[in-house]
Amino acid sequence: MTEIPAAVPADESARIEKASRSTQTTRTGIMHGATGRNLGLVIALVALCIFGVITAGERFASIDNVLTILRLASVIGVLSIGMTFVITGGGIDLSVGSVVGLSSVWASTLATQTMAQDTHWIVMVGCALAVGLGAGLVNGVLIAYGRVVAFIATLAMLVSARGLAEIIANRQTQIVKVQGFLDFFRDDFIGIPTLVWIFVVVAVAGWILLNRTTFGRRTIAVGGNPEAARLAGIKVKRHTMYLYALSGLAAGIGGVMMLGRTTAGSSTNGQLYELDAIAAVVVGGTLLIGGRGTIVGTVLGVLIFSTLTNVFTQNNLSISAQAVAKGVIIVVAVLLQQRIAERSRAGT
Amino acid sequence: MVDDFCLTDGRSGPTFWHMVNVDPPLLQMRGIVKQFPGARALDGVDLEIRAGEVHCLLGQNGAGKSTLIKVLAGAHQPDEGQILLDGRPVTIPHPVAGLRLGIATMYQELDVVDGLSVAENIYLGHELATAGFSQRRAATANTRALLRRLGHGDIAPHREVGRLSAAGKQIVSMARALSHDARVIVMDEPSAVLDAEEVDNLFRVVRELTASGVAVVYISHRLDEIRQIGDRITVLKDGRTVATGLPAAQTPTAELIRLMTGRTVEYAIPPRPPVPEDAATVLQVDGLTLRGSFRDVSFDVRAGEVVGLAGLVGSGRTEILETVFGARHATAGTVRVGGRRLRPGSVSDAVRAGIGLCPEERKSQGLLLDEPVYRNITLSTFGRNAKASFLDEGAERTVAREQIDALDVRPADPERRARTLSGGNQQKVLLARWLVHGCRVLLLDEPTRGVDVGARAEIYALVADLAAQGAAVVVVSSEIPEVLGLADRVLVVSEGRVVHEGPASGIDEHRVLDLVMEGSAA
Repeated sequence: MTEIPAAVPADESARIEKASRSTQTTRTGIMHGATGRNLGLVIALVALCIFGVITAGERFASIDNVLTILRLASVIGVLSIGMTFVITGGGIDLSVGSVVGLSSVWASTLATQTMAQDTHWIVMVGCALAVGLGAGLVNGVLIAYGRVVAFIATLAMLVSARGLAEIIANRQTQIVKVQGFLDFFRDDFIGIPTLVWIFVVVAVAGWILLNRTTFGRRTIAVGGNPEAARLAGIKVKRHTMYLYALSGLAAGIGGVMMLGRTTAGSSTNGQLYELDAIAAVVVGGTLLIGGRGTIVGTVLGVLIFSTLTNVFTQNNLSISAQAVAKGVIIVVAVLLQQRIAERSRAGT
Repeated sequence: MVDDFCLTDGRSGPTFWHMVNVDPPLLQMRGIVKQFPGARALDGVDLEIRAGEVHCLLGQNGAGKSTLIKVLAGAHQPDEGQILLDGRPVTIPHPVAGLRLGIATMYQELDVVDGLSVAENIYLGHELATAGFSQRRAATANTRALLRRLGHGDIAPHREVGRLSAAGKQIVSMARALSHDARVIVMDEPSAVLDAEEVDNLFRVVRELTASGVAVVYISHRLDEIRQIGDRITVLKDGRTVATGLPAAQTPTAELIRLMTGRTVEYAIPPRPPVPEDAATVLQVDGLTLRGSFRDVSFDVRAGEVVGLAGLVGSGRTEILETVFGARHATAGTVRVGGRRLRPGSVSDAVRAGIGLCPEERKSQGLLLDEPVYRNITLSTFGRNAKASFLDEGAERTVAREQIDALDVRPADPERRARTLSGGNQQKVLLARWLVHGCRVLLLDEPTRGVDVGARAEIYALVADLAAQGAAVVVVSSEIPEVLGLADRVLVVSEGRVVHEGPASGIDEHRVLDLVMEGSAA
């Protein structure tokens, strides 16, 4: 009654073997892998700098100006490192800009400053970090255990943290009067401002955490395939919570840095920084769907954007023109990344 | 290639005979091959569909049904093979081309837009319009006519589809197929979302369609439905046609199940010595229940023993494994490993206790596809090699390389991305993960699905080896001979209950099938 095909020919497995070999990826192409992607970013950054030197000459190429660029990059840079973890883990954190505002306000209230005067200025730092960590934990618990979509949970935090900052500050600017705090952030170390040092330390710590620790490996696993990670015994929910707490902590550090830079706590601090951070992370080559992240790429992304801003300012171009250029860069970078990803998947 | 069994077996009424003799087959697929990276989804499928018939497509999950209908719809391009319509070769480069040729597909997850009206859904993508302005009146009138033809004049054309029942949405989907003047309508498990009365209505509509010369390709797991509505059956297994043109009414159920589950290849399962009498019990499952899935499942597995769970798709066998592993939260009952009770619903507790699961869906549940092989192998153990949370990738690579050599993963490159491996080698990577972990209990769900013949034998040998080294193994497979060959003891699962437990040597394939069917009848 039925038609049963003959047993599989003996060369069948050999054929499959050959087929799978033909799809093997080569690792020789210069634009492939993390190095290739970062190389592209370095080329873009160098091109921007050459453009800056040509158009603005000495004004651009001075050491002072380079430090200005780095100072400008530092707050967004710290936020972007936290964001790299969240995005690599398959999430998104829209609240970081607002949390910068909230933590800077909370750390500069009269009560906090008085306490800092009485004890040590580090109290203000502790306060900002605790506020950032707390906001991040709320995000994390809502997303991991409350199963609220990350976009919505952090959007709610974006709105309410900003509102809370306004309530606490009563829409006033809170001038920092704690001298130790001001001195620390105004200081240089080997000619490099404290803010830049903080960015460097956070970036290096972030790189080690993502690439060299079990935490980083878990982040990649959770972002790459949460079900596989769970079935391998990784506590996916808990780790997801940690990721948002980490991003909140980074935002708290950002809040302290804002306080140091502007010497005032304001509820408008850090507005829209979340978008700059996400843009830097994505341009840097971290996959928005998770599973692959690069700290080096993120740092390069941050530097590209702040250099761009500087070059435009040096040439007296408007902020609006900067915004257009930023948009174009984001799209071009993502289009290039997709090409590279497709090519490496196709195995050519 | 395609044998005309029906011409000689004298089934069906005179209309059928008439059509068979006069018309050439409406649609033929010959030797269709579809290769995906690392897996061969279709490996030479033949299908022949005649005008006015209900042609049923049977096969287990993963047999290639979905891929086949996507090839037919133009959503996938075959790598080899030929499609003939009215005896003429055609290509279907994209879904619109399929519709133009008169091939319409009703996917299992109904592809209607909830926010649009019935008429808008039916004309979605081929709106009736002059100069960009939609002709709502014509669309409404045509919709009404189509719905009446399907016996559903009661559905108003302007009704929002989201407000219709699943059955109503299906009618809309079918009306859309008819609006393209479909000659072949593919229905993927149309009854899955319907209750009994709605199924009767579906069948009435299908009969009317076939009476007007439309061919229906009907996919279902429910054999009783196929008997009621089907004319002929084609059975797929492992991406091949294992039988075609079977009369739907007469072919015995046991025969169909045997074709779906039975051997297409010789099972090269190595013999194993009996489990020593004094072997300690490692895994104890007691009264395990998962509401809506299975109830009161109890069994023990001793060190060095292989226990097989035999049953059909949907019997609860996969859920039993996942619940033992803690991936699902048991409603009642306990799981013990070495006497210690596991926290229900906690995979990490199970892993810590030494249980490993190789899941049914390797790609979506098991692997980090874009990560290198070595990181996939050490996914459960990278923390163990780490010193103070700092990874030791050198140690991970060494451990992975040992496993790659021991299990003969090909190509033997720890840096390769898991995506590029074949199904068999991906399965070896998952096994390696639990070997590195040093599991005392190994749960294998469909260990050889999508695995080619050579790698199958290797996986059987590995399972035997593991047992010999004292692991307790539980195997689930759709292929009954595989379960019987591998296991010392077999549990037959049907409708969420264990209907039989006994030594694998004391039972054969037919007896298992009988038990499965008795279980479903009860």
